[in-house]
Amino acid sequence: MKEKILLFLGADWDKSLLIGLPIALCVLVTLFLDFFGFEVPTALYVVDGLLILGAFLHFTITQGLVTYVFKRTGEALVVVMVIATLTFLLLRLVPGGPFDQEKALPPEVKANIEAKYKLNAPIYEQYFDYMAKLAQGDLGESYKYIGRPITDILAETLPSSVQLGIYALLISFLIGIPAGVYAASRHNTMADSLTMITAISGVALPSFLVAPLLILFFSFYLEWLPPALWEGPEYYILPIITLGVRPAAVIARLTRSSVLDVIRSDYIRTARAKGLSEMVILYKHVLKNSLIPVLTFSGPLVAGVLTGSFVIELIFAVPGMAKHLIQSVSNRDYPLILGTTLVFSLVLVFANLIVDLLYAYFDPRIKLT
Amino acid sequence: MSTGSTSAVIQSPSVSPSVPRKKPQSLWGDAIKRLKKNKAAVVSAYFVLLVCLVAIFAEQLAPYPFDIQDMSKILQGPTAENWLGTDSLGRDLFSRIIFGARMSMAVGIFTAVISLVIGVFVGAVAGWFGGKMDAVLMRFVDILYSVPTLVLLILVKVIFDSVQMFENPELKALTGITLALSVVGWVTLARVVRGQVLQVREMTYVEAARALGASGPWIVIRHVIPNIMGPIIVLLTYQIPSNILFESFLSFIGLGLQPPFSSWGVLANEGWRSLRTYPHLMIWPGVALFLAMLAFQLFGDGLRDAFDPQMKGKT
Repeated sequence: MKEKILLFLGADWDKSLLIGLPIALCVLVTLFLDFFGFEVPTALYVVDGLLILGAFLHFTITQGLVTYVFKRTGEALVVVMVIATLTFLLLRLVPGGPFDQEKALPPEVKANIEAKYKLNAPIYEQYFDYMAKLAQGDLGESYKYIGRPITDILAETLPSSVQLGIYALLISFLIGIPAGVYAASRHNTMADSLTMITAISGVALPSFLVAPLLILFFSFYLEWLPPALWEGPEYYILPIITLGVRPAAVIARLTRSSVLDVIRSDYIRTARAKGLSEMVILYKHVLKNSLIPVLTFSGPLVAGVLTGSFVIELIFAVPGMAKHLIQSVSNRDYPLILGTTLVFSLVLVFANLIVDLLYAYFDPRIKLT
Repeated sequence: MSTGSTSAVIQSPSVSPSVPRKKPQSLWGDAIKRLKKNKAAVVSAYFVLLVCLVAIFAEQLAPYPFDIQDMSKILQGPTAENWLGTDSLGRDLFSRIIFGARMSMAVGIFTAVISLVIGVFVGAVAGWFGGKMDAVLMRFVDILYSVPTLVLLILVKVIFDSVQMFENPELKALTGITLALSVVGWVTLARVVRGQVLQVREMTYVEAARALGASGPWIVIRHVIPNIMGPIIVLLTYQIPSNILFESFLSFIGLGLQPPFSSWGVLANEGWRSLRTYPHLMIWPGVALFLAMLAFQLFGDGLRDAFDPQMKGKT
């Protein structure tokens, strides 16, 4: 039985599938439960984490990448520190302070407040103070939401943002890759052109055209889906689609061109000559290699989804980090700005690291040093 | 055999390498010839030109000034006087979209020019000198790359907004956002230019120029940069719409251009508040932005295919 399955899947898929399938299964079940608002058992999260960690360790150790991963993680942390420093300095350059109000506070009161937050100390002292606390995982307290630790605010808002981002990414891969393969397999036909016209329109569509159209149609006209908030599966659909349109379109275009490249290679001709069916060729031989360029694009994709989510969260009133970031800038709420910036940069930096590792995993010719 | 050459032949049957041309063609002549064959790109180029003209002659074309308020006709639908209706302050939406084109295009193009200058300079210096200079500059570029763009944009914009160098109110409003976008935008250009310079500096014509006693800066300006103009121009065509999009994002979340100035993002922001009752206020600016983005994208694709036929069909 096992041989038969392996024969069907292709022997070279053996190892990656043995590792990949359970992970994909567990993660998808988790996402499914989460999406439909079921209580996700903590054990499932643990299993997810252990599986991913196991695969990661297995890969880094067998490939001799342990030092590489350490090096990159160290670099990433340095980059995040530099970003923290940059943001810190930029914030002090921004005119106006956190406690400047239209009706000026009495000087003594202001002096007192500034003394409380150590804003009257020299900048380098504030900086070292901040960094020392940061090293202990303490992001300070918000100036605006008095007494609330930044970590609290982040813990409260981050989950919705992460959900939105992950679902949007997932759906853009689920739509983009099949669409691209479909278009490429019908190269130079009507179906190909139509798919690609849709894709290029998707690239050009601004979210504040997609969002109102979707809301008008699905919320106000059909009254199927709620136009805002983030409280259950029916609330998730419109924001996810709006955020996913652009990445899906980009992935479709990328997949198509990449599949077209691979289709012309010699080993595909060999497969055809052996008399394999088009389906087997397409999904077993072509797709695997053509996904590598798509994978490399995932780094910028995460960055794009991060950026796009600001507008989406605002339009659909998703209680995520966007609102806090935007307001904290207007309020000059230094600790909150720094906290949100750090979270965003951490996500970006580590997304890039993971993409690089996956890249090396799927394309053994790549040597990471 | 290389798949590259076959794909080039398959994809552009009009270019047959085996038949010798009668007249030698320059890279540019060749590219323009190929571009003209791409109908979508030509139409898009004309559309982009049209939007530019509209942006320049906004005052002459728009039926009303962008900030004139008429309280007697608030929030009307399309009428003979106001083709796309009016907003909550009785301003003509059509005129505001036209003036929005001016602001959006100005941001897109000014930013592209500024990032071009910085990006080419840094990229050329890093690529040409190599060594420590290269390492330091590219490290810096890498770090800027990992900063979340919107955060950097917002902070830098607030700082630049306090710098007042223009008297003209429109330019004044544009300064902050343009400079902020340039701070973010030059990074991509610098990377591409560096990569290209690294390739070109090993070419024999560069060696020849050096053997003839040309100085480094002279070679870079006279020989290297003209030879890498193709990819740079293609990149710029993609950067302009992405700048426009970023500007509209920022304006939409209320941190970009401020009303009464009008850009497509500002308009969408104003329309969003009354989406349920007056959806046209949000949809028309969105359509305008969509068409402009589409035209730039198609034109960019056409240009890229024209300069590098082997890249045809890639994203």
